[in-house]
Amino acid sequence: MCLGIPMQIKSIDGTDIVAEIDGVKRNASLMILDEEVQVGDYVIVHAGFAISKLDEKEALETLDLMRQAFPIEDI
Amino acid sequence: MTVNYMNEFRDRRVVLGFAERIKELVAGRTEPMTFMEVCGTHTMAIYQYGIRSLLPQGVQLISGPGCPVCVTPNGYIDRAIALCRLPDTIITTFGDMVRVPGSSSSLMEERARGADVRIVYSPLDAVALAEKNPDKKVIFLGVGFETTAPAIAGSIITASNGGVANYLVLASHKTIPFPMEVLSSDPELSIDGYICPAHVSAIIGADAYRTLAEKRGVPCVVTGFEPTDVMQGVEMLVRQVVEGRSSVEIQYGRVVKWEGNKKAQQVLAEVFSVCDTEWRGIGVIPGSGLRIADKYAAFDAEKMIAVNVEEPREHKGCQCGEVLKGKVSPFDCPLFAKACTPEAPVGACMVSSEGTCAAAYKYGR
Repeated sequence: MCLGIPMQIKSIDGTDIVAEIDGVKRNASLMILDEEVQVGDYVIVHAGFAISKLDEKEALETLDLMRQAFPIEDI
Repeated sequence: MTVNYMNEFRDRRVVLGFAERIKELVAGRTEPMTFMEVCGTHTMAIYQYGIRSLLPQGVQLISGPGCPVCVTPNGYIDRAIALCRLPDTIITTFGDMVRVPGSSSSLMEERARGADVRIVYSPLDAVALAEKNPDKKVIFLGVGFETTAPAIAGSIITASNGGVANYLVLASHKTIPFPMEVLSSDPELSIDGYICPAHVSAIIGADAYRTLAEKRGVPCVVTGFEPTDVMQGVEMLVRQVVEGRSSVEIQYGRVVKWEGNKKAQQVLAEVFSVCDTEWRGIGVIPGSGLRIADKYAAFDAEKMIAVNVEEPREHKGCQCGEVLKGKVSPFDCPLFAKACTPEAPVGACMVSSEGTCAAAYKYGR
């Protein structure tokens, strides 16, 4: 039930957003989000609400660390 | 550069790399270690990606009370069933709840008999449905942990601001750190660390586990849901145990912060009050529930609509309660895959897709 999907914000209208993943668009609310977001940002969407902004820098750092630890040539 | 969040955290070579590192960390140790996950999405991921088969013998993963539908006692479902039998009433819910057997019926059976039970994606859809049907009561079944509870709170605020008086919530929300503390002190379990939930922690923050890790000595790692996340989370827990440390660490830093989501916490505090609540299998845990605050009582289905609810009965032979505490593996339940299957479930753990028994049935056999 706590599944949240990382979706990219396509448009913002007040607290309503349209977010997309793999071509699927969903309406979602920013009502309970405490971070500033803009079009293009990723958010975790759960039950129609954005619950967290995805920190792209952190994500890249985690991936980088994983890649350094286990060298992979082709991603 | 754009990260493809669904694919890049599923790289098999990284997963196997962590498996190798875990093996090296525990080499030569005789003491086994047991880690519990308390989130149904982790339960599913661990089965789906075959994580257990990648771990050395001395590292065991067990599932705890992480499926909100599963930990909801029959009395709640019986009340929802009693409500759905009322005239001019629409029950709205997330999909998992519909098939859960109550004491003598389920919402699905009631729907077959004519009750109006609808699955929605978001509680905001239920508010919109209420606006479209002003002559009916639209009741949302508010079940879920801290990830879901702010969404339900948001729907109540939306209904309140919009003057939607025919929207109500039957709330039975639960908060996860309390049962984690209860189970960590259970001598039968000896939990060496927690794989802490990903999105619950996005709301409550990693700081919420400090008592567990720093006072009770149970290592906690907030872990994401992708296979590389889970393997890294387990590796971090193994490392803490091997090094004799106990602290809170965040593996899932791309989403979870130490302080969590302050706004969601405020919305929760605005709409809900803390209460004692019953967990299937564990019993009543003081302070582990959220009920609708008096200020929003007009939206509280339990307070506003009186119904006769049958005396709750548990299902004979069902081991759900023990499964939820991590004491019984689904494979040790005499009903598993025989009298109890996803098509004809006896207990809630077999119904919800993220129930331990359903995950074990689908991926573990």
